[in-house]
Amino acid sequence: MASLFSTSADSVVTDSLESLADESHWNGDTAVEAASAPIRAGAARAAPLENDADVPLDVHDLTVAYHRKPVIWDVGFRTPPGALVGVVGPNGAGKSTLLKAVMDLVPRASGRVRVFGKPYRRQRRRVGYVPQRESVDWDFPVDALDVVAMGLYGDIGWMRPVRRRHLALAQEALDRVGIGELARRQISQLSGGQQQRTFLARALVQDADLYLMDEPFAAVDAATERAIVELLHEMRANGKTALVVHHDLQTVADYFDYVLLLNMRVVAFGPTAEVFTSENLHRTYGGRLTLLDEATEAMRRREQAL
Amino acid sequence: MTLADASCSTVLAYAAGFAESLVCAAGSAFLAYAAPIDALWRLATLQDYNTRVVLLGATLLGVAAGAVGSLTLLRRRSLMGDALSHATLPGIALAFMVGISLGGSGKSLPLLLLGASVTGLLGVAAILAIHNLTRIKEDAALGIVLSVFFGLGIVLLTMVQQMESGHAAGLKSFIYGKTAAMLVGDAWLIGAAAAATLLGLAALFKEFKLLCFDEAYAGARGMPTLALDVILMALVVVITIVGLQAVGLILMIALLVIPAAAARFWTERMTRMTVIAAALGGLAGAVGSAISAVAPDAPSGPMIVLVATVCFVVSMVFGTARGVAWRALRRRRLSRRIDRRHLLRGLYELGEASAPRRATSQAERPWPAATRRRLLRLRSWAPRRLGAVIRRVAREGLCTTDEDRVTLTERGYKAAARLVHEHRLWELYLITHADIAPGAVDRDADAIEHVLEREMIEELERLLRQRQAVEGIAASPHPVAT
Repeated sequence: MASLFSTSADSVVTDSLESLADESHWNGDTAVEAASAPIRAGAARAAPLENDADVPLDVHDLTVAYHRKPVIWDVGFRTPPGALVGVVGPNGAGKSTLLKAVMDLVPRASGRVRVFGKPYRRQRRRVGYVPQRESVDWDFPVDALDVVAMGLYGDIGWMRPVRRRHLALAQEALDRVGIGELARRQISQLSGGQQQRTFLARALVQDADLYLMDEPFAAVDAATERAIVELLHEMRANGKTALVVHHDLQTVADYFDYVLLLNMRVVAFGPTAEVFTSENLHRTYGGRLTLLDEATEAMRRREQAL
Repeated sequence: MTLADASCSTVLAYAAGFAESLVCAAGSAFLAYAAPIDALWRLATLQDYNTRVVLLGATLLGVAAGAVGSLTLLRRRSLMGDALSHATLPGIALAFMVGISLGGSGKSLPLLLLGASVTGLLGVAAILAIHNLTRIKEDAALGIVLSVFFGLGIVLLTMVQQMESGHAAGLKSFIYGKTAAMLVGDAWLIGAAAAATLLGLAALFKEFKLLCFDEAYAGARGMPTLALDVILMALVVVITIVGLQAVGLILMIALLVIPAAAARFWTERMTRMTVIAAALGGLAGAVGSAISAVAPDAPSGPMIVLVATVCFVVSMVFGTARGVAWRALRRRRLSRRIDRRHLLRGLYELGEASAPRRATSQAERPWPAATRRRLLRLRSWAPRRLGAVIRRVAREGLCTTDEDRVTLTERGYKAAARLVHEHRLWELYLITHADIAPGAVDRDADAIEHVLEREMIEELERLLRQRQAVEGIAASPHPVAT
């Protein structure tokens, strides 16, 4: 935490924020303990090291700041293997940022991430990423098969061409998500649901063990939603783990075994049945954090004025 | 700044650059028309060794610029190339001064290009620095750097021309481009640079494709996105620097943007787009510099831009993937298909209404028929349009006509029955699932059903079978207007 603010000239602000941070940390831990989840945030400290390689994702004390405004604070959790984990929280809670920070796409202010016991950069092949659909330009001159084949670029290697067997693998992945016949269609000609399935296929073709999905259910048709859920269940049956950012509270209990309630910090994490309670939801979406939010906002404004 | 704002300002900036190119190009086009016939002949037969070399150099430059340009276009970095080329001017002038002060003539090409590279890169660095260190957006940073560096360059150039020992006249050819000033060695330099660029591009094409399409995913998969961006920028730098002589620094951006933008009209595949852009760039380079070679007063840069612009306009109109003409043709086809559906459905429904109730099998009924006047009342068709639809449908063998009467054939009846079925299914769906009043449903269904795909119709049937048995042809959910 201190490293984030070490360059701040204003020690008063630093102190007050650090005490705020401590408080939030304390809040986060008690929240988890109150939920009596078997997997505890921050449990990494006490956990024996030898079975770390079995833990798909171990996040400890993760803090990320954009332009000095903290987006997520002190996030810590350990996903059990073979679990479907829903990441739930209000807009701006830092859900996408959490995924990006896990994959080193945004600089962390502090914290540690372990994927199957090792840093992410050594486990890239075992992690499949499904970005938000809106994050790319769908007018780009490629077809669905091309996009799925991008999931294999890491395996194909630098400066080597995509070969027929790679395209066959990509076609297989498209078949699995049910749009095999659209392989040669330009991606702007696909419906929203079909585009989302293309992204899923791109992650599937990697045959990863941990999947990080950013809002795969956003603005898709009912058939695609069913297909994604089936896919998730199939993954779980094969012992894969998925961390899925989700926005539809109605379906959380149906789709996910575990829930991570996030609002800048971890409000609660654990099995859905225990953690996904109206009280926890209220704490996630309610006004408890406005003070913290205002403080960081004030801090950011002050930094800008300097 | 929102995404919409960003793209809007990018478009505006493109448009401004484009206009600038056109004005420069048109101005010098007048100089070219008086080409002597024998010069044309010498050019066409490539008698001059020098002309051949110059043409080859310009063509290679166009090929490489087109290919690199298609990548920067897709990466939305095209204007970076513009800023870079404008920022080379102070470097050229400074290099000339250094050359003079070292006792030379100042016109040593390697030295000039080195100077150009240094300030060009400084310009790019300045853009990145302004963008990253302040809250100024990239387009504004581009504008600032481009104009400041170019202005500085002009000032330095003026100073150079006032120096006693300088014969600075040749320096102007860097601004507008002049292939006549190109030497054989320069053409070799361009050729080597183009070959190196194309090689690098081919080797890293897959990586660039992913970078341009989905940077975050590329980063997640461990690709060094920053390094790739730097390599792409380096390719642009190489092409820009060697292209200064042929095209000139003001219009270099045209060779990077126009062929790529034109190629996009022809294809939906990135590989093909890059190849087409390279071909168009090569064509522009060859023809443009040929014109300039015939009329030595005409700077080659504007000529190349004019040729490229012709390519662009032709592509915009006739491009097979996104060209305006093809789109119009496709729209006409769709509207014809819709007219055909309406005619078949209208005939079917008129026949349905007039057929005796007790006739249960088709064998007992006559094929549906109607007079033209009757059909005219059905839709707001102009008589000519109706006549055209009837002719087309008759040519398909779906109906027959005599004088005034239009009669469905057996094949036409079957086709019409299927269309009516689909239409009514969709109506039913709208009524039961979308709560649209039966009276209004006909028009809504009309608007949608023409874009229905086979799989959606199956889904519709599946959905509606659960609610009520739909066998054969669905009954109309509302009184059929006859």
